[in-house]
Amino acid sequence: MKTNAKNTQGRVRPVERGEFVPDGQAHWSLAGYLTHLANGCLSLVKGMGLTFGYFVHPGRIVTQQYPENRETLAMFPRFRGRLALVTDAASGAPLCTACGMCEKACPNGTISILARRDPANRKVLGRYLYRFSQCTLCNLCVESCAFGAIRMAQDFELAAYDRSDLQLVLYGKED
Amino acid sequence: MIDTSRFPATNAIGDFIRATLPGPAAELTNIVLAVLAILTVVGLTPVALIWMERKVAAHFQARLGPMRVGYHGLLQPLADGIKLIFKEVMKPEGADTFVFFLAPILSATASFMVLTVIPFDHHLQVTDLAGGVLYVIAVAGLGIMGVLLAGWSSNNKYSLLGAMRSGAQMISYEISLALLMLLIVLLSGTASLREIVFSQAGTVLDWWIFKFPLFGLVAFVLFLISSTAELNRAPFDMAEAESELTGGFTTEYSGISFAMFFLAEFVNMFMAASLTTTFFLGGFLAPQFGLAPLDRVLDAIPGFLWFFLKSYSVIFIYMWFRWTFPRPRVDQLMNLEWKVLVPANFFLLLVAGLFVAMGLV
Repeated sequence: MKTNAKNTQGRVRPVERGEFVPDGQAHWSLAGYLTHLANGCLSLVKGMGLTFGYFVHPGRIVTQQYPENRETLAMFPRFRGRLALVTDAASGAPLCTACGMCEKACPNGTISILARRDPANRKVLGRYLYRFSQCTLCNLCVESCAFGAIRMAQDFELAAYDRSDLQLVLYGKED
Repeated sequence: MIDTSRFPATNAIGDFIRATLPGPAAELTNIVLAVLAILTVVGLTPVALIWMERKVAAHFQARLGPMRVGYHGLLQPLADGIKLIFKEVMKPEGADTFVFFLAPILSATASFMVLTVIPFDHHLQVTDLAGGVLYVIAVAGLGIMGVLLAGWSSNNKYSLLGAMRSGAQMISYEISLALLMLLIVLLSGTASLREIVFSQAGTVLDWWIFKFPLFGLVAFVLFLISSTAELNRAPFDMAEAESELTGGFTTEYSGISFAMFFLAEFVNMFMAASLTTTFFLGGFLAPQFGLAPLDRVLDAIPGFLWFFLKSYSVIFIYMWFRWTFPRPRVDQLMNLEWKVLVPANFFLLLVAGLFVAMGLV
């Protein structure tokens, strides 16, 4: 054990001497060196082929000319803008059941749900308050919702001149 | 043998001035005109290259690049230039004032001086020195002086370290560049850049990249690699590494002094590309494919257009390198030079000597 350690300490490995030693080989050899060189050159050519592919395909460009294409610009499905309620396609009523899971899931206290009783004395959504100024767009509320009743919308021009403009009432009467 | 009467060394403007003015005055006027012409090239090259670099970089990365200033950002270099000119020129405390401001000028001058021997066309060359290659190697060394002095005079340890690393790199890679130039001198039997171009007259296959079978292509690739390193361009830009470190030897420079380094860098890139063109790609000669009708059409296009087309293609390759390859470490860089490129160049020289001795090229 002790002698082994001494041996490895005393020897300078080819890699440490700065020589090309291909993977899986302990010592420098001409064949290994040339293979390594050829593989290296091939990988460089591959990389150049990849970048050239991007160069000659303007269709792959991801940059948006924003103010100019404002009318046509559609945000991508995964983009998380402000929170929005999902409504039932047939009746137009929100899918929200006022269970309050999103309110509990929110780390910032962004959401407040006020439930009310309908004529049949069932608990339904009264008001859905969304304080956008506190929201970090983390998506936890959407993930916590058991009914798929909320989603992240794709709006992105969200700046406002006044803080109070960011107190949004997603459902129910404004105050 | 090449018919030199097709390529007279004189041009219309020079002849006209010689005919109208008395001897010394004509020579003086011609010198002034030549300097003005070179200054125009020096002035316009960075403008074209800044725009090209930004657009090429953008498109390699699936971006658009500058689009706002002028059509597709064509006026962007102008905007960049104006910004640099109006910035305050600052000098760090304790810096050596004279050397500090001399260094950028030295760098820019070196690249300017090399352009005087480049044959842009058969009649567009300021002077054709018999030892043109020697002159190129010697003057290119002045640029390193600029870099080292810039680091030394900045009174900043990071500048100094950056300059030493740049200097070490440039000096190392100059050896392979010089060896490759020597290879071409050996093959063409002349050190004059004009004659080197004429030694490649004929079809495309008579260019040194192809005329020296297979090894020519290797030499061309080695020349590209060493000149990229000599230019301190990515992937060999450890000293500056703009995406990770501060600016290397340019750390303390601002405003117009920085612009001078910038200008020198771009003119150097053009210079390296034009040397590649001259040595390997037939310089100002039109590509000929041995098909009479096509060759006549290609030959009708003026030589300097071919020269610029070829040079800018080489510059495109430099940019392609820059936006594709990751940076090696400093020790890997030195390994590449001293353990791969220098032996390979000596081997190429040996082979070229054999070819020349046996009359194969």
